[in-house]
Amino acid sequence: MRAQPRTLYQKIWHDHIIDNSTDDGTCLIYIDRHLVHEVTSPQAFEGLRMQKRKVRCLERTLAVMDHNVPTTDRSLPIEEKDSRIQIETLRNNCKEFGVELFDLTDKRQGVVHIIGPEQGFTLPGMTIVCGDSHTSTHGAFGALAFGIGTSEIEHVLATQTLIQKPGKNMRINVNGKLGTGVTAKDIILHIIGTIGTAGGTGYVIEYAGDTIQSLSMEGRMTICNMSIEAGARAGMIAPDQTTFTYIKGRPKAPKGENLDKAIEYWKTLYTDEGAAFDREISINAEDIPPTVTWGTTPEDVVSITGKVPSPEDFDNPGKQAEVRRMLEYMGLEPGTKIRDIKIDKVFIGSCTNGRIEDLRAVAKIAAGKKVANGVEAMVVPGSGLVKALAEQEGIADILIKAGFEWREAGCSMCLGMNPDQLKPGERCASTSNRNFEGRQGRGGRTHLCSPSMAAAAAITGKLTDVREF
Amino acid sequence: MQPFTKLSATAAPLDMINVNTDVIIPKQFLKTVKRTGLGISAFYDIRYDDNGNERPDFVLNKPEYKSAQILITGENFGSGSSREHAPWAILDMGIRCIIAPGFADIFYNNCFKNGILPITLPEDQVTSLMEEAKTNPKNLIEIDLEKQTITRGNTHSYSFDIEPFRKHCLLNGLDDVGLTLQKEASIATFENKINENKPWV
Ligand code: SF4
Repeated sequence: MRAQPRTLYQKIWHDHIIDNSTDDGTCLIYIDRHLVHEVTSPQAFEGLRMQKRKVRCLERTLAVMDHNVPTTDRSLPIEEKDSRIQIETLRNNCKEFGVELFDLTDKRQGVVHIIGPEQGFTLPGMTIVCGDSHTSTHGAFGALAFGIGTSEIEHVLATQTLIQKPGKNMRINVNGKLGTGVTAKDIILHIIGTIGTAGGTGYVIEYAGDTIQSLSMEGRMTICNMSIEAGARAGMIAPDQTTFTYIKGRPKAPKGENLDKAIEYWKTLYTDEGAAFDREISINAEDIPPTVTWGTTPEDVVSITGKVPSPEDFDNPGKQAEVRRMLEYMGLEPGTKIRDIKIDKVFIGSCTNGRIEDLRAVAKIAAGKKVANGVEAMVVPGSGLVKALAEQEGIADILIKAGFEWREAGCSMCLGMNPDQLKPGERCASTSNRNFEGRQGRGGRTHLCSPSMAAAAAITGKLTDVREF
Repeated sequence: MQPFTKLSATAAPLDMINVNTDVIIPKQFLKTVKRTGLGISAFYDIRYDDNGNERPDFVLNKPEYKSAQILITGENFGSGSSREHAPWAILDMGIRCIIAPGFADIFYNNCFKNGILPITLPEDQVTSLMEEAKTNPKNLIEIDLEKQTITRGNTHSYSFDIEPFRKHCLLNGLDDVGLTLQKEASIATFENKINENKPWV
């Protein structure tokens, strides 16, 4: 009998089931990799301590501090007391339980979703979790990666497993050639605009099609990263030669014979012909414009050539009420041309767009230009290693000369848990992933966009069509 | 974890869709290393004004809803981050049950780990409960997890779905870690298999 065709997700899920004896489909699954950061882990370690439990698999666990870290001089003490306590708590917990930690002054330190792939800790076919919703990023390697809460962190630390029910399967096919100036960020913003912020709820999304296959690992990570913004816990892309080439030679990646054996297995990780999806969507790459958000959810997207919508453009009364609220919060009038919107700040960084390729794109736009008067533009590399490489490639020089601030690695103004925040009413073009009210600072107004669009905005002082740049 | 069996309480109508985790508990409150004490900061930006005073028009500030243990709200509640601070904050405010047409996955999951019952109902039923909570704030809603029913007065009763395993854990206040550790032998066998077949993991 021929085996039933399976999706990529089903293959990985199946390979990790320890126990599926309950009637309602709940399974105990094995977790191959666990990433830990300072914000969501203290209560989990505390739980272990209270129950006198240990961390079960130290070699599958890696910790880093990223959310609270200052992006200025690291040799100075952290001023904010609560941030300092959280960072020290992680340091002490890692020491007590023996977990490997990339500490503040380690050059490998950075945003948790940047360092996993960078170290070769993230590999295809794995189950990867972290107490952070953007764990979906790691799905770019053909891994099943998703965010978990603190109780589940404790569960994984203690047992290296999770109790889970399988999700539904969705495939989003993107085919065709991307237009000039259109990047992975525009693809995913466009997708979220199409399916909505709850469109992926309950699903694991597989991104497929020739446009996706043609993307670099960095671009694939940008796409999978924002799966959660479409409501999906996980997004994934089948591994291929691009993936294997990226992995080879990374510090924690397999080597020699082990690598060959791994690649042999990784090559089986794709959706079988004829496998059934609960939902399938096709998107034509040519239809995707350079995209920005105008509202306070990531589904409120518009083409850079478009206008701010009005509540009447929407059918659902609930959405109309939300649109009214968003327009007020964002300080926008319906009908305003997007390209006429002036900005005060620019943030380039985050686990969505803080990788080397993103910084190269920024440098390309910024070379020989100047940040507009009155605009503050901040570049925060995703990791210490990204920073070092950008300095080596001359990117840092270009950006500093153009008037950008060049910072230390961390989450920074993606959520402003450290001092990098918007002030009330300030408007920001940001390469991060969430434009929620208050996300980047209370009263702050966020427009999500790609790195090159953010760079162009920094230079003109307005949201700008990168194609005319 | 406190078990959840039956609840008879008043309900507060939070008539908004897409209430995300940044709204439920803004980032400045994520710096705690404890689980408790977050209730006072829940819904901070929509609950307090710039001077830190309560906004009188926010539903949970109104005297008639201050002691509500049930929250009725719009679709896609809890979207955004994985922060368990969101259910901790809601629980710390005294809310034990949330009723909505839909929840974001991680938030939904996190509720169960903290003894909160999230109930998904069809939109029209949520609307009806919401209207009732607005017009008759004093009326009690009875929730029976064992029977999977929501009763309002003697007239209306809705039934809701819940996965049997989650129900079992919630009814008995069971800690997942303890349950899983009983499967130690299977976990160890699985680990040996990985070490043999996938030495790179
Ligand atoms: S960069 Fe932003 S989204 Fe990514 S982990 Fe940090 S705070 Fe979360």
